[in-house]
Amino acid sequence: MLFEDEPNSGENLPILPGHVSPGRFERVLRSGQFAVTAEIAPPDSADPHEVYVRASSFDGYVDAINATDGSGANCHMSSVGMCALLTRCGYSMIMQISCRDKNRIAMQGDVLGASAMGVSNILCLTGDGVQSGDHPEAKPVFDMDCMTSLEMLRGMRDRGQFLSGRTITSPPQIFLGAAANPFAPPFDYRPLRLAKKVAAGAQFIQTQYCFNIEMLKDYMSKVRDQGLLEKVFILPGVGPLASAKSAEWIRNNVAGVHIPDAIIKRLSGAQDQKQEGVNICIDMINQIREIEGASGVHIMAYKQEHRVAEIVEKTNVLGDRKPWHPNR
Amino acid sequence: MKTMRYWSVRHARGLHWLYQGLETLLVFLHPVLNWVGYERLETPFSRLESAVKGLLFDSQSCGQCTLGNTGMACPMNCPKTLRNGPCGGVRADGGCEIQPEMTCVWVTAWEGSQKLGNQESTIQIIQPPLDVRNKGTSAWLRATRKKVAENHAV
Repeated sequence: MLFEDEPNSGENLPILPGHVSPGRFERVLRSGQFAVTAEIAPPDSADPHEVYVRASSFDGYVDAINATDGSGANCHMSSVGMCALLTRCGYSMIMQISCRDKNRIAMQGDVLGASAMGVSNILCLTGDGVQSGDHPEAKPVFDMDCMTSLEMLRGMRDRGQFLSGRTITSPPQIFLGAAANPFAPPFDYRPLRLAKKVAAGAQFIQTQYCFNIEMLKDYMSKVRDQGLLEKVFILPGVGPLASAKSAEWIRNNVAGVHIPDAIIKRLSGAQDQKQEGVNICIDMINQIREIEGASGVHIMAYKQEHRVAEIVEKTNVLGDRKPWHPNR
Repeated sequence: MKTMRYWSVRHARGLHWLYQGLETLLVFLHPVLNWVGYERLETPFSRLESAVKGLLFDSQSCGQCTLGNTGMACPMNCPKTLRNGPCGGVRADGGCEIQPEMTCVWVTAWEGSQKLGNQESTIQIIQPPLDVRNKGTSAWLRATRKKVAENHAV
């Protein structure tokens, strides 16, 4: 998909009236199209080639790629590094920034650097606790939380100021996002928490994995009652489970992921469990697109990135639209 | 002292009312406090405050107290020290992601704030990031001076 004002590859688009960023992702959402984003797993390597290969598996199937920031508190290539490499090729990146590893000084510096390299979207996260990763002995930072970091970045963009009040000569032009988990307690508070994130500056939301469509529908109707659907783009998270065993493991060991018994039963009853995991993901997407206020989906296919293309194709969520990619 | 912490949240309304009484009294006593000198009062006040709030709330004495907005649950007991709501890692039984045996501080705070009857207002106030320089200082005296300054401004 090319825009009329398409720039050279690796350069940003002009910022349209009412937009805050020069990115493709904001354009797709604001034009009312159903967006697809996917998460890229950063390599445990300093080889840029590995990054390019991983990104190219999404070519033509996603509108933006999330670069995770030490997800699960495990050490990998940094999100800034991933974004630096991929924005050079012209990819639309969503840089994740977690509060676990950086204080306000480091976060603001990274945002300026990322924006200078062409990153147009930033997702503010609290971050998993260090105990869940490969360095449980590390000192957790949590100087900011996702709410205050959203406000801080909005201040950098709209007021052109650091949190200290010092002037930024050329402010970062960034579309701000946050995460939401409709599937974790306290359930009554979750829609209010979303309202708080929107008040703090969130313009798009990507949720935790959805394996329970009824819970998501209930959450979305409460979000609608809060009057939030006009203020924020919501992309529910989905992903293929590899097997009943791995689903069981995720349920017991990964914080905040809710997998109902029915899903595990469906997986264990299947001949080809891996394919059934993909089928469940496809079913979820087909149901999500019917929900009022779902502006797209966010596919987290950890260690199954190569199946994103199949998932997008089989759901046909993009219609005849083919997202821009550098290798077209 | 988690027992005491949960008791305080169950009695959030009464404790909040008690604190408001204390704040009114301190604002009334401002001329006296000012005459003695806030700096001289800092040490005795912070000690007293830390003892009282430590007992009732397991307060971590951040010096930027937000108990009235968090259902009388001290958010600094969250292992991630989150001051603006629960993270996405809360377990299905309401347990903390990092310390599963502890109920999530924000699950408790949400219950407490409903007791305060202002769950849709003050818990929604975005708490600014912590100023670490305030740690160990008296939030009561800080709130008093702030209130006095506000009254002057009106």
